[in-house]
Amino acid sequence: MTVVDNPASLTRKDPGRHADRLFWALCVSAGLAVLLILGLILASMLQQSLPALTKEFFTSSTWVPNDPDEAGPLTPHFGSLTFLFGTVIVSLIALVVAVPVSLGIALFLTELAPRRVRSTVVLLVDMLAAVPSVVFGLWGIIVVAPALVPVYEWLHDTLGGIPVLGSLFGETVSSGRNFMTAGLIVAVMIIPIITSISREVFATVPSSDKQAAYALGATRWEMIKGAVLPHSFGGVVGAVILGLGRAMGETIAVALVVGSAVQITPNLLASGYALPAVIVNTFGEASGDLRAALIGMGVVLFILTVGVNLLARVVVRRAEIRMKGAPA
Amino acid sequence: MSVVTANRPAAAAPAPLDLRRSSLPLRRRLVDNLSKVLMTMTLLVALVPLGLVVYYVIAKGGSIISWDFLTGDIPRSARRAGGGMGPAIAGTLVITGTAALLAVPLGVLGAIYLNEYGKQRPLARFIRTMADVMTGVPSIVMGLFILVVWVLTVKEKSAFAGALALACLMLPVIIRSTEEMLRLVPDELRQASAALGARRWKTTLSVVLPAAISGIVSGVMLAIARAAGETAPIVVVVGITYETNWSLFGLNTALPAQIFNNATEPYPAAELRAWGAALTLMVIVLLFTVIARLISSRFAIKER
Repeated sequence: MTVVDNPASLTRKDPGRHADRLFWALCVSAGLAVLLILGLILASMLQQSLPALTKEFFTSSTWVPNDPDEAGPLTPHFGSLTFLFGTVIVSLIALVVAVPVSLGIALFLTELAPRRVRSTVVLLVDMLAAVPSVVFGLWGIIVVAPALVPVYEWLHDTLGGIPVLGSLFGETVSSGRNFMTAGLIVAVMIIPIITSISREVFATVPSSDKQAAYALGATRWEMIKGAVLPHSFGGVVGAVILGLGRAMGETIAVALVVGSAVQITPNLLASGYALPAVIVNTFGEASGDLRAALIGMGVVLFILTVGVNLLARVVVRRAEIRMKGAPA
Repeated sequence: MSVVTANRPAAAAPAPLDLRRSSLPLRRRLVDNLSKVLMTMTLLVALVPLGLVVYYVIAKGGSIISWDFLTGDIPRSARRAGGGMGPAIAGTLVITGTAALLAVPLGVLGAIYLNEYGKQRPLARFIRTMADVMTGVPSIVMGLFILVVWVLTVKEKSAFAGALALACLMLPVIIRSTEEMLRLVPDELRQASAALGARRWKTTLSVVLPAAISGIVSGVMLAIARAAGETAPIVVVVGITYETNWSLFGLNTALPAQIFNNATEPYPAAELRAWGAALTLMVIVLLFTVIARLISSRFAIKER
C-alpha cells in the first residue's frame, strides 16, 4: 500500500500553478487575436481611406482616377457607385441561379439519395468548394465566356423586344465577359456552401414530422413541401445569406470575367465591374487619393460582408432555437 | 361476441382500400415524379461545371507539364513561349508554409481557450461569433489590411506579407474546426487526468490534444489547401518576380497570381502557362485535401 509521505504535499501550492496561469493567458490572448485583427482591419483601413470617404465616393458613379491629359481641366473623380452596383448585380444573378440548385441538391441528399450515392455526392460537392477561385476564373475567361456568346445572342434576339425583359437582355458583348457570365461563375462557387448548410438544416427535421406526413398519405414531394421546407425555412434563409456574403466578396473570378467596364446599365449582357475586382485590378499602380479610394472600397466591402454574415448568424441561430427549443 | 359477427352481413364489408401508388390521382403522381427528376437534375447542374473545369485543366494543362515547366524561371515577356513556373511554385510553398506556421499555433490555442476555458461565457461566445464572421471576410480585404499595416509600414512587398494575409484567412477556420474536434473529446478523459493530479495545462496538452489530433490536423490541412488557392491577397501584397526567391523577404510570386496574370494576356503561350499553373495548383490543393480526408477517416474519434 502506498503511503503519502507528506499529506500536505497533496494540497501544496506547487509551482505548476504558474504554468497553469501562463497557459491560460496564452490561450486567452490567442482568442483575443481574432477580435484584435477584426478591430485592426476596421481601424487601420478607415484611417487610410479617410481622405477618400467624401460624399462623392458614396453618391457618384463618375470614376476618373487619373487626369487623362495631365494638365487638362478634368480632375480625378472617385465615385464608387458603379462598382457597388456591379457587385450587387453579380451577387443577385449568382443567388438566383445557385439557390434553387443548392436546395435541390440538399433535398436530393437528405430525402432521395441512397446512402452510398450520398457520400459520393457529398465528396464531389466538397471538391467543387476546393477548386481555387482563380481556376474557375481562368476557365470562365477562356472557355465559358466565348462559349456563351451564341446563347446570349439568342436570348437577346428572343427576349430583346419585350419591354422589361428586353432591357435586361440588351446588346451582347462579343467577348462574353459580362455580368451574366460573372454571376454564373460565382453561382458555381457558392453552391457548395449553400448546399452544405441547407443539408444540415434539412437533417434536423424530426422524423416524426415526416412519418406523420406519410401517414396522412402524402407523396414524397408533398412530405417535403409540408414537413421539411416549413420546418427549415429559417435555416435555409441563413444559408442563402451566407452564400450572398461569399458572392459579394468573390474577387478573382469576377475580376477575370466581368469585363471591366465602368458603367451602370440594366443590361445583364453588358460588361461591368465589381468592388473587389476593381481593387485587385487597379491596385498595382495606385498611390495617393486613388489608393485611399480603393482602400475605402475595401472598407465598404468589409462592412457589407461582416453585416451580411452577422445577419446570417442571427437568422440561423433563431431558426435553431425554434427547432430545438434551446440555444445550440 | 358470436352474436355480433352473426349480425354483420358479409356483403356489407367495405371494399379494401386501394393503397397502391398507382391509385393516386395522376396530378399528384406527376408532381411527385417531376420533383424527383428536378432534384436529380440540380445535381447535374452542379457537377457538370466541376467535371468541365477538371477536364479543361487536365487536358490543356497536361500538355505543358514537364520537369522544365515545374522548375524553370518565368519568362519576362508573357508573349514568349517556354519557361516555367518554378518561382511561383517556390513562392506558393514559402507563403503557404509560413502562413500555416503563423496561424496553426494561434488557432489551436484560441480553440483551446474557447472549448476548455471560455465555454459559454460571454467573452467566448463573442469570440466564437467573431471568428465565424471573420471566415466571411473577403480575401481581398485581408490583402488590403496587410498592405495598410505591414507593406506601407516597411515599404516592401514580400512573401512574408502574403503569409500574414493568408494566416489571417486561415486563423478563424482553424479555430472553429479545432474547437469542434476538442468538443468531441469525452470529459471522462479530462477528469481521469485531473484525478491523477495533472494540472489543467498538462491535461490539455498531453491528454486532450492528442485525443483530438487527427481531426485537428485534417482541419488544418483543409485550411492550408484553401489558402494555397487564394489569389487576391497575393496579387496585392506580394509583388511579382521572375526568378525563384526562397526568402521570406523581397518580391515573390505564387501560382494563383501567375494564373491570374497569364489569364488576362491574349497570347497563346501565356494561356498555356496559365493552364499549366492551374493544373499544378489543383494537384497541390487536391493533395492536401486528400491527406486531410485520409487522416480524418482513418483516425477519426468516434462521435458519442
